Amino acid sequence: MKISQAEVEKVALLARLLLSQQELEAMTSQLGAILDYVDLLKEVNTDQVEPFSHPLELRNVFRPDQVGPSLDRQEALRNAPQHDGQCYLVPAVLGEL
Amino acid sequence: MSLVNYTACELLRGLQSGQQTAVETVRAFLERIDRYEPRVRAFLYLDAQAALEQAEQIDRRRRKGDRLGRLAGLPVAVKDLLCAKDQPTTCASRMLETFRPPYDATTIARLKAADAVIIGRTNMDEFAMGASTENSAFFPTHNPWNTDYIPGGSSGGSAACVAARFAPLALGSDTGGSIRSPSALCGVTGLKPSYGRVSRLGLIAFASSLDQVGPIAQTAEDAALLLEAVAGYDPQDSTSADIPVPPYSQTVRQPLQELRVGLVREHYGPGLDGEVEAAVREAVRVFQSLGATVKEISLPHSKYAVATYYIVSSCEASSNLARYDGVHYGYRTNVEQMITELEQKRKALAASGADAPLHELDSALVSMYRRTRSEAFGPEVKRRIMLGTYALSAGYYDAYYKKASKVRRLIRDDYQQAFQQVDVIAGPVTPTPAFKLGERLGDPLAMYLFDMYTVGANLAGFPGMSIPCGFSSKGLPIGLHLQGPPFAEEQLLRAAFMFQSVTDWHRRQPPL
Repeated sequence: MKISQAEVEKVALLARLLLSQQELEAMTSQLGAILDYVDLLKEVNTDQVEPFSHPLELRNVFRPDQVGPSLDRQEALRNAPQHDGQCYLVPAVLGEL
Repeated sequence: MSLVNYTACELLRGLQSGQQTAVETVRAFLERIDRYEPRVRAFLYLDAQAALEQAEQIDRRRRKGDRLGRLAGLPVAVKDLLCAKDQPTTCASRMLETFRPPYDATTIARLKAADAVIIGRTNMDEFAMGASTENSAFFPTHNPWNTDYIPGGSSGGSAACVAARFAPLALGSDTGGSIRSPSALCGVTGLKPSYGRVSRLGLIAFASSLDQVGPIAQTAEDAALLLEAVAGYDPQDSTSADIPVPPYSQTVRQPLQELRVGLVREHYGPGLDGEVEAAVREAVRVFQSLGATVKEISLPHSKYAVATYYIVSSCEASSNLARYDGVHYGYRTNVEQMITELEQKRKALAASGADAPLHELDSALVSMYRRTRSEAFGPEVKRRIMLGTYALSAGYYDAYYKKASKVRRLIRDDYQQAFQQVDVIAGPVTPTPAFKLGERLGDPLAMYLFDMYTVGANLAGFPGMSIPCGFSSKGLPIGLHLQGPPFAEEQLLRAAFMFQSVTDWHRRQPPL
């Protein structure tokens, strides 16, 4: 299944990646080859088969709703590229630069 | 004989009886590392001083008669994706080059509680994506048996460490073969436990339904010792199994009577190296000489395993790696430079009167995400994120991820059927022995096929083990794959011990 360069660009945006022109071309052909290969799965009849994504098929693993110790704020901020002692700092989320 | 030549069990007896101190033990391994590490490059992080200080403390406590953990004084190397509080935990990626976790992974905490001496943090393929350790953002690790060759991956550093006798024990992780494959290529014993057997808290996630932490060691006994120390239910890991841990280290020496060994018909064909096949078949004959019976079985969906794995794991990875956005920790792009460039672009577009591109220009925040991730992730990581994102996107989810998840159930069912007829499945771990560094970097798909024998166990959630069973004509190790039903680690370890008690492949050492 071939993928177009335009589709690859769209996927890159979804994945929050920025690809150079060279990377875009390489990625397009590499993804195309991989998608060609995984097309193999079309051969398998899965009509009555349920998806399987958890080897133990555990359900609703809860813990008691009790407050316990949590990560100290300073610890949580320690690896932050930018912070003001309270919160993580990032460029403006809404509107203009 | 230097202490580095002993197994972990032998060293433990020596430590417990007072024949050698923890300091002497750790020092012996540090000297060996000093001597040979420049040629192997198994480690991303070593703190000799800290290791010796810890050893000293253990000796002091032992002299006082304090109660010590069951691994007290034993050096252990850990793969660099296991969070250790305040230790650099990089996943061999620029994204986490400066990251120091604020907590210990459960397996690390258990090692510390057992008084093991964590001697260093080992190299790996970036975010565990790879089978050669060439995808490390920093440098590749070299196979101790021939330093022109790959050690395998993604736990290449851990496997090379044990092979080179830099530590008697190591922890690795396995998502599609990443413990078993490098263990085979480095001639050591590695075990991927059943899904849920070992806690994943603090194991930096690649594919959450496939990942498991496991031991890499010289012998089945040593692997049993390490597995027992780290395995078990963890209330902080909602995917961990609330099943008691058998006393692996005590039962490992008990042979299995009337062992039924299965050989998978689909494993033998083009693509399997003749020397690997010969070594595997000879290994199976060894089991027969020990009283086992052999039966040919079929895993009919084998040929779909790699395709299933690459869709499922890439989808899960694309989700797990979405957290690396430069916001809370890890790498962040140079924001000032970015804003300058964005302003320039905006001015240029406004001036040219082009409305549409101006409208589509990334916001500052989105730019930060995109630049951060593109600058700090390597090409293999990007490839898998792209594949996973595509396969999960609207319009493609059913055809790819859902489809692969259904085939995954069929693969699991094949194994369940097989284990009604046999106790253990034996076969090759890898289709060929190690290849040269750089040899397969140009073809990602060819690299993916290297996992053909190992991914099934991860997809099904079943345990698998690699034990040394021979060498190629080039002197490179060959591994035997042993697979079992869920929570049959005890049986696998016992089968491996049986084999190792009449063979000596696992005692050979690389000519460093």
